[in-house]
Amino acid sequence: MSEFFLMNGHGAYVWSAYGLTLAVLILNAWLARTKHQSALQRARELARQAEVPRKQPTVRRLT
Amino acid sequence: MSAFKAVLLRDLRVSFRRWSELAHPLIFFVIVVTLFPLALSPTSSQLREVGVGVLWVATLLSSLLALDGLFRADADDGSLEQILLSPAPMTITVLAKVTAHALVTLLPLICLVPLSAYTFNIPLAALPTLAAALLLAAPTLSVLVALGAALTVSLRRGGSIVGLLVLPLTAPLLIFGTRATDLSVNGEPTAAPLLLLGALAALAVSLGPLAIAAAVKVGIE
Amino acid sequence: MKLPRWFHQLGSPPYVYRLADRLCPWLGGLGLVLLAVGAYWGLVIAPPDYQQGEVYRIIYIHPQTAYIGMMSYVVMAVAAAIGYVWRMKLAHAVAVSAAPIGAWFTFCALFTGAVWGRPTWGTYWQWGDPRIMFEALLLFLFLGYLSLRGAFDDRDKADRVTAILAVVGVVNVPIVHFSVEWWNSIHQGPTILRAGGPAMTNDMLVPFLIMVAAFTLTFSWLLLRRLQGEIVEREGDAKWIRELVGEGTA
Repeated sequence: MSEFFLMNGHGAYVWSAYGLTLAVLILNAWLARTKHQSALQRARELARQAEVPRKQPTVRRLT
Repeated sequence: MSAFKAVLLRDLRVSFRRWSELAHPLIFFVIVVTLFPLALSPTSSQLREVGVGVLWVATLLSSLLALDGLFRADADDGSLEQILLSPAPMTITVLAKVTAHALVTLLPLICLVPLSAYTFNIPLAALPTLAAALLLAAPTLSVLVALGAALTVSLRRGGSIVGLLVLPLTAPLLIFGTRATDLSVNGEPTAAPLLLLGALAALAVSLGPLAIAAAVKVGIE
Repeated sequence: MKLPRWFHQLGSPPYVYRLADRLCPWLGGLGLVLLAVGAYWGLVIAPPDYQQGEVYRIIYIHPQTAYIGMMSYVVMAVAAAIGYVWRMKLAHAVAVSAAPIGAWFTFCALFTGAVWGRPTWGTYWQWGDPRIMFEALLLFLFLGYLSLRGAFDDRDKADRVTAILAVVGVVNVPIVHFSVEWWNSIHQGPTILRAGGPAMTNDMLVPFLIMVAAFTLTFSWLLLRRLQGEIVEREGDAKWIRELVGEGTA
């Protein structure tokens, strides 16, 4: 098992390469997801603003 | 052809009207070339090793300095729109502007090189190759600088981003140019990199104006 | 010229958005499975190389990330060109989505290549090596594209100007590929895409190709998910978006 991690002395090279690639994949997945979610959130807010009925100002009589 | 000549002469005339600005790239070049030995404190043989690279990098950086005159000044006062509206094809106009830039900015820089080559102990025998490489690289460099200027013509603070766009694209020029000069310093045949520079120049001059014209049109519409 | 129906459908943001929703689970799921299978196969099952020993196993990720980076650029350039010529906002959205993914994968290619180069060539980096230099140029092209985009306030202008940059830069992709054939490079020549077929034995070729497929599927998933976010951002308060987020009245 330890041979697997040591990779015959080249462990640092192999694992840093695989590790960084995996990290970049996860990062990109997370970034894509965040972008999508925040865009949907903004769209939700925009839609909500359009739905709010414009309140007419109350006209009060002076007399 | 007459449109080319007209725009070329006009740009040259405009540049010479502000002739003090023409000196800026040259002064910048001299300063950069002086800063390197100051910073490196090299021995005379080290100087020769870094000299070729320093000269090329300094040339590339200095060529970025005259950018504004290419398109932005004309865009600001509306004359660029007039040029667009004229019946001459935009690619010819662009080619004329790029030629003017090359003549006004790059040619003086290239003339400075023999002096600077002396500062770096570059042997006299290598100077013809160095000059040839610079002359072959000049059209491509002008096209790339013009492309950067065109892409950023509508940006208010486009100057800072142009370097980041243009300099990576000039890397092949740097590689082939320094290789040619190094080969010449060692007395080896220099045909290969010089031919490559020539090929790049042909490619840049034929296709570049299309992209530059498109970028200008999009930028000022 | 009567264009096929799917061509028009691909120009419709809601259609593409929903298509992405249907495709992504499959692309992502299969991609993930193939990544796991390929990585295990490459790291554990495949035999060590008689020359490089264990460190050769980087071959199961380095060429793949490089190829994805190059493909991203081509996707970006083609989409940007289509958007420029036919004024299709969706095409521009694809270009924008491909850019950051391509930049990251190109960075991975450079990193894994450097890490592989140290024990095999003796150096992490070789200045002036054509393959390395042009791949680095590819990364700078991506970064330049993203920086230029960010400098514009007007999105339409940003789309059209960066499209020109993307198309000009695409010439670098074949240069990266052929650099090892045109010049002397410390990088080895092509192992797979060469006359005479792949120069690898099957016990290495199979996990290699599995990883190629895995990365391609993962890239597609990433691209479509980013594209969905980009579409929603661009469509703003369009009716179909409102219905999508459940606030609009039918």
